[in-house]
Amino acid sequence: MSSETKIQTRKVKGGSIFRNQIFIPVAALLLLALFNLIADPSFYKITLGYNSTGDPVLSGYLMTILDYGSELAILAIGMTLVTAASGGQDISVGAAIAIAGSVILRVLCGHDSRPETLQAPIIVAFLVACVVAMLFGAFNGALVAYFKIQPMVATLILFTAGRSIAAWINNNELPIISDPSFAIYGGFIPGIPIPTPFFIAMICVVITMLALKFTNLGLYTQAVGINESSSKLNGLNPAFIKFLSFVLLGLCVAVAGLIKVSRLSSINYSVIAKDIEMDAILAVALGGNSLGGGKFNMLASILGAYVIQFLTTTLYKFNVQSDALPAYKAVVVIALVVMSTPKAREFMSKIGKKLKPAERSVA
Amino acid sequence: MKKKLLAVLMSAVMVVSLTACGGSAPAASGDAAPAADSGDAAPAADSGSSGDLIKVGIINNDPNESGYRTANDKDLKEMFTKENGYDASFAYSLKNDEQITAAQKFITDGVDYLLLSAADTAGWDTVLKDAQDAGIRVILFDRTIDAPDSLYEASIVSDMAKEGQTAVDWLAGQNLPEYNVIHIQGVMGSAAQQGRSGALDTKVAAESNWNIVTQQTAEWNAEKAQQIVQSVIDAGTPFNVIYAENDDMAKGAVAALDKANISHGVGKDVVVMGFDCNKWALEELLNKNWNYDGQCNPFQASYIDEIIKTIESGGTVSQKTIIMDEKGFDASSITQEDVDKYGI
Repeated sequence: MSSETKIQTRKVKGGSIFRNQIFIPVAALLLLALFNLIADPSFYKITLGYNSTGDPVLSGYLMTILDYGSELAILAIGMTLVTAASGGQDISVGAAIAIAGSVILRVLCGHDSRPETLQAPIIVAFLVACVVAMLFGAFNGALVAYFKIQPMVATLILFTAGRSIAAWINNNELPIISDPSFAIYGGFIPGIPIPTPFFIAMICVVITMLALKFTNLGLYTQAVGINESSSKLNGLNPAFIKFLSFVLLGLCVAVAGLIKVSRLSSINYSVIAKDIEMDAILAVALGGNSLGGGKFNMLASILGAYVIQFLTTTLYKFNVQSDALPAYKAVVVIALVVMSTPKAREFMSKIGKKLKPAERSVA
Repeated sequence: MKKKLLAVLMSAVMVVSLTACGGSAPAASGDAAPAADSGDAAPAADSGSSGDLIKVGIINNDPNESGYRTANDKDLKEMFTKENGYDASFAYSLKNDEQITAAQKFITDGVDYLLLSAADTAGWDTVLKDAQDAGIRVILFDRTIDAPDSLYEASIVSDMAKEGQTAVDWLAGQNLPEYNVIHIQGVMGSAAQQGRSGALDTKVAAESNWNIVTQQTAEWNAEKAQQIVQSVIDAGTPFNVIYAENDDMAKGAVAALDKANISHGVGKDVVVMGFDCNKWALEELLNKNWNYDGQCNPFQASYIDEIIKTIESGGTVSQKTIIMDEKGFDASSITQEDVDKYGI
C-alpha cells in the first residue's frame, strides 16, 4: 500500500513535467522528429560510404545534424554560463570565432599565406587561439563585471570591431592550408566514420559536466545570477564569477573556431560564423533557461543547440530559401518567449491539473 | 548612475574612433577604418605637389569587403602614383552618406577628377552637379548610379549578365546528356547575383534537359553553400553541375562533395563552376579539381588612366559606358600564366 502511494506521488510529480526545464527542448525535438517521420521517413536513413580520401564515413541527415550542430553546442555551454551569471548575452561570439580562426591560421601559416607544410604544430596554434580568445573574453568580462556595463552593450564593441581585427591579424590575406591533417577537426578522423566535431563537442560536454559536478562553478554561477548582493554577503565574489564566465566562453569560442576553419581549411573574415551568436542565444533559450540569469540546465542548452541544427537541416531539406531561415527561427523564439511568461505557465499548469484530477484525489 | 557611466564610456569610444579616423586619413592608406574624411589629406598633399600633377580624388568601398575590392584598391593605388603624374587621395566607405561627404570634401579641395565607386545607386545628383559646376570631371568605376549621364564623363563597369551568359554558354558547350544543376546564389538582389542567375534561369527554362536540382542563396558564404550541397547529397538527389556564383561558395560546395566522395573536376562526375577568379580558385582549375571560373574584372585603373589622358590631351571620350573585357577560364586550357596574370 505504501509503495503504491509512493508511485502515486511520483506520478503527481510527473504531472509537473511542463515545469521541468528539459521538457522544452525534448518536446521541440520530438515535434521536429515526428514531423520529419511523417513528411519523409528517408530523413532517418544513414548510409556507410567512403569519402574522397578512402576513409569510411557515415552520411545522412542525422549525421549532418550531429556534425554541424557541434560548434553551436560548444558555444551553448559558454553562453549558458554567461547568461546565468550576468543575466545578459554575449553577442560577439561570431566575431570572436573569426579572430580565433584567424589566429589559428596565422600561426599555422607563418609569413606565407599558402604554405606547403605547416609552420607550427596544430596543437600550438590551437593553444595560442585559446589564449587570444580568452583574452578577448576577459575584455568583455571586465567591461561587464568591473565596469558594470550591460553585457549586450559591452560585447557590441567586439561585435563591431572583431571581424576587422580578424582580417588585420592575417594582413587581410586569405590563408589556405593544404595539409590534410588540418581538415580532420572539421571532417573525419581516418578510420572513424563519425564526424570529428561531434567528438570534440562531446569532450567539451563531458569536461563541463564534470566541472559542474565536482566544483562549485555551477552553484556559484547560479547564486550570483539569482541575487548578486546576497551571494556577496555569503562570501562570493560576484564580479569574478561573471568575469570567469566570459573567459570560459572565450575558451568555447576557440574550440568552435578550430572546427570552423578546419571545415574549409580557410577563412572568410566577413562571413565565418555569421549570425551564430543569435543561434547560441536561441540554444540557451530553447533549453528553457531564463535569459535573465540565475538557474540553468546545461544539458538542456546543449540539446537546444542540436534542436536548432535539426530545424535548420529540416528546412534545408524542404528547400526553404536559406535567407528565410531566420524568419522560421524567429517563430520559434516567439513561441518560447510566450511559453515562458508567467501567464502561459499558469495556463499550462491549469491544463495539467485538469488532466490529472483523478490521480490527485487518490493521492 | 549606470546610465551616466554608459554615456561617458560611449562618448569616450566615439572620441577615440574620431581620432582614429583622423590618424589614418593623412596617411591615406587602405586602413580598415572607414576613413571617409580622408579628404583632409588632400590639402596637405596639395602643398607638397608640383603644378603639373593631375589631382584625383578616389572614393571607393572598403578594401576589406572582399578579395575583389582588395585587388581593385591595389590596382588603383599602383596606377595613380606621382611617377605616373597623379596626385591621388583616397576615401573609403561602405556607406553612401559618408561617401557623399567625402565627395564634397574633394570638391572643396579642388581636385581635377573625381573617381567614384558608389556604395548605393541613389542620392548622387546634387553632389555631382556641384562637381560639374566646379569644373571637376567625374568618372564612375565598378558601379553605376541613378543619375543623368551628363553628370559624368564615363563609367567603367562589369557586365554581370554577360558574365553569366559566358558561363552558361561554356556549360552548354560541354554537351552533357543531361544538366542537373545545383544553383548556389549570392546575396539576393545584388547586381552580381541578378546577372549571374539570369542567364542560367533563362537557359533552364528554354532547354528540356536542363534541370535545377536546388536553387538557394548562400549569401556569398562558403559554410552555407556547404550545408546546401550537403542537404542535396543527404537527400540522394542526383546532380552533375554545381553553379556557384562566387569562388567562396564553390569552395564550400566542393568541401561537401569531398566528404561524400563525389568526384569533381575535369572528366569527373560533377562539373564545378565559380566566379571572380581568385588566385586560389584558378589554382583549383589548374589542378583540374574545378572546371570553370568566370572573371569579374577588378582592374579598372588602366581604363580610367586612358580616359583621363584622352581628356587632358583635348580629346573627347567616345563611349559613355565602357564594359570591360572579362574572360571565362576552362580548366582544360588554363595555364600558370593565366593564374599569375588574372588571379586576384
